[in-house]
Amino acid sequence: MAVADWIRRRIADATRPRPDPVAERTRALAVRDNEYGFDAFGMGRDQVRTAVRVAGWLYRHYFRAEAKGLEHVPSSGRVLIVSNHSGQLPYDGMVISAACMLDAAQPRLLRSMVEHFVPTVPFASYLMARWGQIIGTPENCRRLLEADEAILVFPEGARGISKPFSKRYQLAPFGLGFMRLALATNTPIVPVAVIGAEEQAPAVNLRVVAKLLGTPSFPVVPYPPFVGVVPLPVKYRLHFGEPMVFTGDPDEDDEAITEKVTAVKRRIESLIHVGLRERKHVFW
Amino acid sequence: MTAPKKVVITGIAGRLGRVVARALHHDPQFVLEGLDRREFVGRPKDVVHHQVDVRSKKARDVFRAGDVAALVHMGLMHDPRATAADVYSWNVAGTMKLLEYCQTYRVPKVVVLSSADVYGPRPDNPQFLSEDAPLLAAQRFPQMRDLVEIDHLASTFLWKAREIETVVLRPVHILGSVHNAPSNYLRLDPVPTLLGFDPMVQVIHERDVARAVSAALAPGVRGIYNVVGPGQVPLSVVLRELGRRTLPIPHPLAKPLWSLAFRAGVSSYPVAEFDFIRYVCMVDGSRAAKDLGFAARSSLRETILAVDEPA
Repeated sequence: MAVADWIRRRIADATRPRPDPVAERTRALAVRDNEYGFDAFGMGRDQVRTAVRVAGWLYRHYFRAEAKGLEHVPSSGRVLIVSNHSGQLPYDGMVISAACMLDAAQPRLLRSMVEHFVPTVPFASYLMARWGQIIGTPENCRRLLEADEAILVFPEGARGISKPFSKRYQLAPFGLGFMRLALATNTPIVPVAVIGAEEQAPAVNLRVVAKLLGTPSFPVVPYPPFVGVVPLPVKYRLHFGEPMVFTGDPDEDDEAITEKVTAVKRRIESLIHVGLRERKHVFW
Repeated sequence: MTAPKKVVITGIAGRLGRVVARALHHDPQFVLEGLDRREFVGRPKDVVHHQVDVRSKKARDVFRAGDVAALVHMGLMHDPRATAADVYSWNVAGTMKLLEYCQTYRVPKVVVLSSADVYGPRPDNPQFLSEDAPLLAAQRFPQMRDLVEIDHLASTFLWKAREIETVVLRPVHILGSVHNAPSNYLRLDPVPTLLGFDPMVQVIHERDVARAVSAALAPGVRGIYNVVGPGQVPLSVVLRELGRRTLPIPHPLAKPLWSLAFRAGVSSYPVAEFDFIRYVCMVDGSRAAKDLGFAARSSLRETILAVDEPA
């Protein structure tokens, strides 16, 4: 009888409704959806919830991420989150998004801008949209900022994500587009330094192969499968800085814009320095 | 009370033509005249129908009296099986003739029904295209060149004939009893889709299109307008709402299979149109909302289910 009781207790325990923080958090998201539950860019709250479950596990248990300064992410209103970019695959974007979804006072869905080739890839084509990502065009970005959404930007772009191990924590040149959008839409910029991603896939750049293929770089990692698909279990540390507000003419020439972009870049660099000084080890 | 204005409608005998005619017929400020080489089935008694070819001399006689107050041009041929020369001559040459008559006989209002398809589905499209976006459909679909050219003709006419109020309407996928490509596609069973692709699509009810045409006939309105329906949903949701079975095909196989089916006469969709179920081609309708005061009345669900309604 004791065994039957024990089994019964285990079943009751396993089937007891337990708090589901991810579901609560996705419910608390401000989403402008239509009668079928999709927003204008194809984001669906149910699909976001599934994605957050996976990203949340990686965030908490694989990368054991710590986020500092999340109070600088405004709980509502338009904002551009600007970060350094590295690690061969955009796990850094996923971790920043998970932090804002799971650990910020008010959950916010960050929408990041994906490369133009992504819609041509089966499954990625629509999953990226269901999870709230958008095609990286200035029109899309402006429309979302005007709708008071939060957008994640990596101004280093492909130059940053494919950088070799020897260039870790050295920022590649920043694009200027994000600053023009911030000026045009009066959007505050929250700088973020991601510590950890730069070591997750230590790559060397095979320049000869890159030249043969005509790609800007050809990074390989020294362990199977030799491309940075599986990241090392590094510990992520995120440092959010205070919002920066810029004013000026969005159509100014590149020099004037570069000056403002450099200010953001300097702020991220100093956050990186602080983060690197504070951490004891890459993996814990 | 002022005398009713004479509105000439091309393509009135088609299904969309009849829907538009029915909507305008209710309006006492208009008297309608049809211009279509097909027979107008179910014609109301007070609608005069000229069963002539748009390119013929008799079509000119419709305008010669000089009492035409507006032309609604929607008589375009979309037959994928017709030869390119036929389609060109009918669509482009026909439209040029009509615009010429309008200028010669001082028709004060011209409404041309183009389509949001002219922007073309592309992987790098912004989510919502404005009226100023380039018309790139013909880049990937030679078959669309005529429709893009007609849109260009009408847009140029807008600037060339300043004394005429020209309105170019670019509605999104029109659903309803109409026999156009999107409605026919949604009536297939099973519906072929591309494995791993599920773009957002915009749809509009045929009756809402008729209301947009009637809004465009208001005095003082001129310009190019995207016309959107009640919103946008993923294609898979449309198919689920209609209860359709789907047949997902891996896209590298889709093109050869589909061109085979087209040549065998099983399917009537040119292969290039696959891009419409692969990439986004959506438009921003805020200009029409602001200038024309146009907003779709049918809900998304009503619009989608209209495909299965008996005509």
